[in-house]
Amino acid sequence: MKVLSRIYIPLIFILLYLPIIIVILFSFNDAGSMSHFEGFSLTWYAELFEDETALAALGNSLYLAVVSSVIATAIGTFAAYGIYKMRTRWLSGAIRSVTNIPMMNPDIVTGVSMMLLFVAAVSIPFLPITFGRLTMVIAHTTFSLPYVILSVLPRFQQMDKFQTEAALDLGCTPAKAFFKVELPTVLPGIVSGLMLGFTLSLDDFVISHFVSSPDFQTLPLYIYNQTAHQVKYSMYALCALMVFVILILLFAVNFAGTLGKNKKAKHA
Amino acid sequence: MRKKSFIEGFAAVPHIVWLFLFVVLPLVFVVYFAFTGADGSFSFSNIANLSRYGHIFVLSICFALIATVLCLLIGYPLAYFMSRLKPKTQKMLVVLLMLPMWISLLIRTYSLMAILDNGGLLNSLLESLGITRVHIVGTPGAVILGMVYDFLPYMVLPIYTSLSKLDIRYYEAANDLGASNAKTLFKVAIPLSLPGVISGITMVFVPSISTFYISQKLGGGLFDLIGDTIEREFQNKSTYNIGAAISLVMMILILISVAIMNRFSEGDDSEGGIIV
Repeated sequence: MKVLSRIYIPLIFILLYLPIIIVILFSFNDAGSMSHFEGFSLTWYAELFEDETALAALGNSLYLAVVSSVIATAIGTFAAYGIYKMRTRWLSGAIRSVTNIPMMNPDIVTGVSMMLLFVAAVSIPFLPITFGRLTMVIAHTTFSLPYVILSVLPRFQQMDKFQTEAALDLGCTPAKAFFKVELPTVLPGIVSGLMLGFTLSLDDFVISHFVSSPDFQTLPLYIYNQTAHQVKYSMYALCALMVFVILILLFAVNFAGTLGKNKKAKHA
Repeated sequence: MRKKSFIEGFAAVPHIVWLFLFVVLPLVFVVYFAFTGADGSFSFSNIANLSRYGHIFVLSICFALIATVLCLLIGYPLAYFMSRLKPKTQKMLVVLLMLPMWISLLIRTYSLMAILDNGGLLNSLLESLGITRVHIVGTPGAVILGMVYDFLPYMVLPIYTSLSKLDIRYYEAANDLGASNAKTLFKVAIPLSLPGVISGITMVFVPSISTFYISQKLGGGLFDLIGDTIEREFQNKSTYNIGAAISLVMMILILISVAIMNRFSEGDDSEGGIIV
């Protein structure tokens, strides 16, 4: 059993990482081929950075990730607080079920359903909606919301209730107690929700594919369009860069997580 | 009981409004489009015409089922072995397992294609070894391989979460009572990790059955899956209705299978999420 485990675990992990590592290696390949390696070069990275569509897509992706994750975190944090304080059990249960719909549904269904809504909204006169930036922000906020609530709500539920009551007894208004006691306690959850939303937004392709327009491309949409017909080696460079960014973000998320834990340990 | 403050009472209101506008309303539109004709009048013809797409549904379900079974067969042992390691090694492996989940599916699929493609690394390796080239991209195997490769971590992680929560003394008790390691696995580990298995199956099956990028890239455009069909029908305004009908049926199929799956496990639904 032990020997089998020693062989099996590395084998699966190597297989899991092999394609990505190979693509990163070959993104530095001078030959522009996937079949043989000719020498280290940054040609494809240079080509990528000269491509203005790619840079615009990067800008759009970052803008979208920041805006949608901030909106989702703001709405989601207050929603988690509201759900936590809710005394009507069926209502909070219903809200939580509906919240989870975008997480349970296949992405493609979420994508087409929002697209149908936006098509209808565009056809209403005097409503300033066009496919592109606005629809993308709405869609990305929507699919990030359940993840924000899922990381914030448990923090509220694990919170020491007596601290809030003590604050109220000592003369805080409920609003002041929220900002002074409850918000700082759940902050690690809020931070990880924000990071989660940010990463999900950067990553999303399927939903964006349905609600965006050609003049608002994000990086995944750009990769999709570029790789639709022929192989482009600058895309390998872009893939490699995105993997690095995700790596850095993941470390940041973990770091934020441990930061919160350390604080808790200190207080205890 | 003290009175609820303003902020407590209304904190969830923006969220509820948002949910109604951008989650519930869009689904109402899917239902509406599924039951209307191109001219906007009520009709069952979209649903009735779905029989034309029967073979697509069958093919998609077959591919997704095979991919899910393969993920389970490969993933369960991995999760089991991982759960028996030292806690520190476990932690590191979990991070390694989650990393690919955060790398875009697009990138992972494209990487796999770059290697398996006719002019790819695999074929040039085979050639230099004196073996003939193989055509992998464009076969059913390639599509299924893509699904397994892309979604394997989603199977392993919930199973591992279930297994790692198990009290190690259960195994010891089974061993003390004379059960072999294999018997312990089948009589103790597998039944007790069923909730993780169920959520793993759901998390692999749902994206597999609805994918369109994997079949486009690794299937060489030869296989029409449900996802491909929906994507195509939504490129043209006149076929929105049929696309909506297919989406609706797929959604209901998935809901039913998830509900059936959940009946098998008595665990709560918070079991084994993908959340960091």
